[in-house]
Amino acid sequence: MKKSKLFFLIPYVLWLSLFVIAPIILITINAFKGEDGFTLKNFQQFFVNGTFLRMTLNSFWYAFLITLITLLISYPIAYILSQMKNQQFWLLLIILPTWINLLLKAYAFIGIFSKHGLLNNFLKLFGIAPANILFTDFAFIFVAAYIEIPFMILPIYNAICDINPAVIQAAYDLGASKWQTFIKVLWPLSKSGVESGIQAVFIPSLSLFMLTRLIGGNRVITLGTAIEEYFMTTMNWSMGSTIGVVLIVLMVIVMLFTSSDHHKKKEIKL
Amino acid sequence: MKRIKWSRIYFGFILVLMYLPIFYLIYYSFSSGHNMDHFEKFTFSHYQDLFNDNRLLAIFLETILLALLSSLIATIIGTFGAIAISQTKNKKGRKTLLALNNVLMVSPDVIIGASFLIFFTFLGIGLGFGSVLLSHIAFSIPIVVLMVLPRLKEFDYSLVDAARDLGASTWQVYSKVMIPAITPGILAGFFMALTYSLDDFAVTFFVTGNGFSTLSVEIYSRARQGINLEINALSTIMFIFVMILVLIYYVITNHKTHIGKGRAQ
Amino acid sequence: MKKLLIGITAILLVCLGLEVGAKKLNDNGISSNNKNLIIYNWGDYIDPKLIKKFEKQTGYHVIYETFDSNEAMYTKIKQGGTAYDICVPSDYMISKMRKANLLDEIDTKKIPNYKNIGSEFLHHSFDPKNTYSVPYFWGTLGIVYNDKFVKPGQIKHWNDLWSKDYRHNILLVDSARDIMGLSLASMGKSLNTTNTLDLKLAKTKLDGLGPNVKAIISDELKMYMIQNEAAVGVTWSGEARTMLNDNKHLHYVVPPEGSNLWFDNFVIPRTVKNKAGAYAFINFMLDPKNAAQNAEYIGYATPNVKAQKLLPKEIRNDKQFYPSEQAMKNLEVYRDLGPKKIQEYNDLFLEFKMYGR
Repeated sequence: MKKSKLFFLIPYVLWLSLFVIAPIILITINAFKGEDGFTLKNFQQFFVNGTFLRMTLNSFWYAFLITLITLLISYPIAYILSQMKNQQFWLLLIILPTWINLLLKAYAFIGIFSKHGLLNNFLKLFGIAPANILFTDFAFIFVAAYIEIPFMILPIYNAICDINPAVIQAAYDLGASKWQTFIKVLWPLSKSGVESGIQAVFIPSLSLFMLTRLIGGNRVITLGTAIEEYFMTTMNWSMGSTIGVVLIVLMVIVMLFTSSDHHKKKEIKL
Repeated sequence: MKRIKWSRIYFGFILVLMYLPIFYLIYYSFSSGHNMDHFEKFTFSHYQDLFNDNRLLAIFLETILLALLSSLIATIIGTFGAIAISQTKNKKGRKTLLALNNVLMVSPDVIIGASFLIFFTFLGIGLGFGSVLLSHIAFSIPIVVLMVLPRLKEFDYSLVDAARDLGASTWQVYSKVMIPAITPGILAGFFMALTYSLDDFAVTFFVTGNGFSTLSVEIYSRARQGINLEINALSTIMFIFVMILVLIYYVITNHKTHIGKGRAQ
Repeated sequence: MKKLLIGITAILLVCLGLEVGAKKLNDNGISSNNKNLIIYNWGDYIDPKLIKKFEKQTGYHVIYETFDSNEAMYTKIKQGGTAYDICVPSDYMISKMRKANLLDEIDTKKIPNYKNIGSEFLHHSFDPKNTYSVPYFWGTLGIVYNDKFVKPGQIKHWNDLWSKDYRHNILLVDSARDIMGLSLASMGKSLNTTNTLDLKLAKTKLDGLGPNVKAIISDELKMYMIQNEAAVGVTWSGEARTMLNDNKHLHYVVPPEGSNLWFDNFVIPRTVKNKAGAYAFINFMLDPKNAAQNAEYIGYATPNVKAQKLLPKEIRNDKQFYPSEQAMKNLEVYRDLGPKKIQEYNDLFLEFKMYGR
């Protein structure tokens, strides 16, 4: 058994060290690399120069909005789905668009949002066309939310499905209203799904750099855009890495926080 | 009763919204015009262009190749990883492994792309199919692990002991007892990996080069040159392709569960 | 388990099939003994028919890859994992690549058509002896406006862009040197300034332009201007030429107070694998007939004097696109200001993008 365990462990650990640990170390080294060796200059620039902090906040704000909107749209969908017949089929129908390339969908929205596009033609019926839609915050957030919705629905749906229907029935039998059932039973029991949904949406939202470009017209700069700019355009890899390291640190904090939280809850339950 | 109706309407509305951009693209792929503003005449000319565009077709095939190959390798390594994690008795070691596993799950694509770019540069690995394949494998492994782990948790280890008592070898224990039990997880992991790979843009954008390009990257560079209805024609093909794939998946999994149910009964 | 193994085999077989298919498509129609020629160029920057013609004439198989900024191109080449045979950077980037030792010397004797290039397009500061580069196209930076929204004559100078009439109606090209440059030119400063104070002032002035800016984009600017998506666009002459052809309402202006004169030149990166092919391609593109065809397709101004003569009169004599010697005096070629200064330009521009609205 021991040998077989090693057999399974080795490729996995090899992957971990090559593609998880090594890149992190390298990006960290790059972040501290100046013209002549070690330097803190980049971090100084990041935290002293208001632009970066502001951009970071901005980026989080957009990601927050995207996540919130996605959650508000997705939760009811996940719930409705869990009550339907042929769930597998409908679920498949919802996931299907994610298999169409992300860029194609973004590209479609360029047409839909343009001055003579679908949406403006629709608005014309109400006499408010042509409105500027492309290259606005609305357009950016809308498209981002559109892309993320399936990734939010899936974990929430799974969590709801795991709930024993008897529990909900019991709540009704005990005279709970629909709202009470939702607040006291459904929501707490599906929270793990919501959490993983938020994780699945919030973090990619920070890095949607091609959307900021194609749909946001570079009027929205997220951390992702900034990193891409520093790596691919201005070629200041060390500044790009610095922003990356700051992001990673934030991520680790969030991760430690949520995972320890989980364990506590589980212990209490047990 | 009324409430259910409302929920159906909402569900239908969102579903329509999900497909609107896709059908919008497909609709204009048949227009003889040059933009997506108004439909001119019905034509197949964009499809003709597409089928004469060898570069795009080759990229299409290579993208699928990349997705299949990377998902396959990622599924193997990921399943191994999940088994290894589930067999790690040491709580701390297990926690560490899981935490490391999740690093790539929670990292933004841009960081993965940028750090892989540094990594490949550091090792002197040329950018191209190889670097993209390695990257896709790398970022697909954690999702496979996460899809397989829950199945392993449900797995009843006493079955292993039972099999051993009956004289099964280690190989037999795994191939006859454990793997069949976690197959649904493995399949789910594979399809998730496939989705990740087909959908990825950011990481590929960073680590590609030397003439190798995936559909995402190619569409990105074409979309920036303006609307080209050839891309619309491509979306139609992609959509049909995905439908076929999903149909196959649907049939396979349904088939499987039926068999499973039959056995359970 | 058996089923899984069958699945794995099936996937591998499909992969093999796909690989064969992709290979076939890639060398479609060309006999197998030929070598590849990898060209790394700007998007939509060559007449595709010419590539086909070249392939037919010489038997080389051309792989055409595109980039959207000099910097992105530089990154990929510097990274080292690439093997491009020909690349088409702009002036200041050539000087930068030369200094970074990324370029191979070009032996002009091996390019018979080299003599077709006008002398005024050679020996500029970015490559004083043209040891590393051969001119491909040249042009200016200017303003395109749509007379549906803007009265003709209303925009003549850079400063006119700041007018409140164009709220959320200007498209800018995504390029640090050009946008910082237009601000500098509007203040009467050199586009090659290294004075930090001037740069900061230029950036502060740009912030004032923020509310007018609808988007900062690159190639797609062309499409949006043609579709009347915005009233004004700041872009390069060749892009403008294409737009003007497709939309009669558009006009191009080069502000007389100063603007950029730029060159895009062929270079051969150090990593070249097919040097003979590279020479053949450059020579092919410098052939007067081919160059004229290309210039008509792209719309940029060709430095090929013999090709210029083959162009239709209305193109050749268009002063907006082939400016007189007098007008060219106020135009500046970008110099490579060294990594530190360039970083300053880039950082300020990024700051403008981050919250200049």
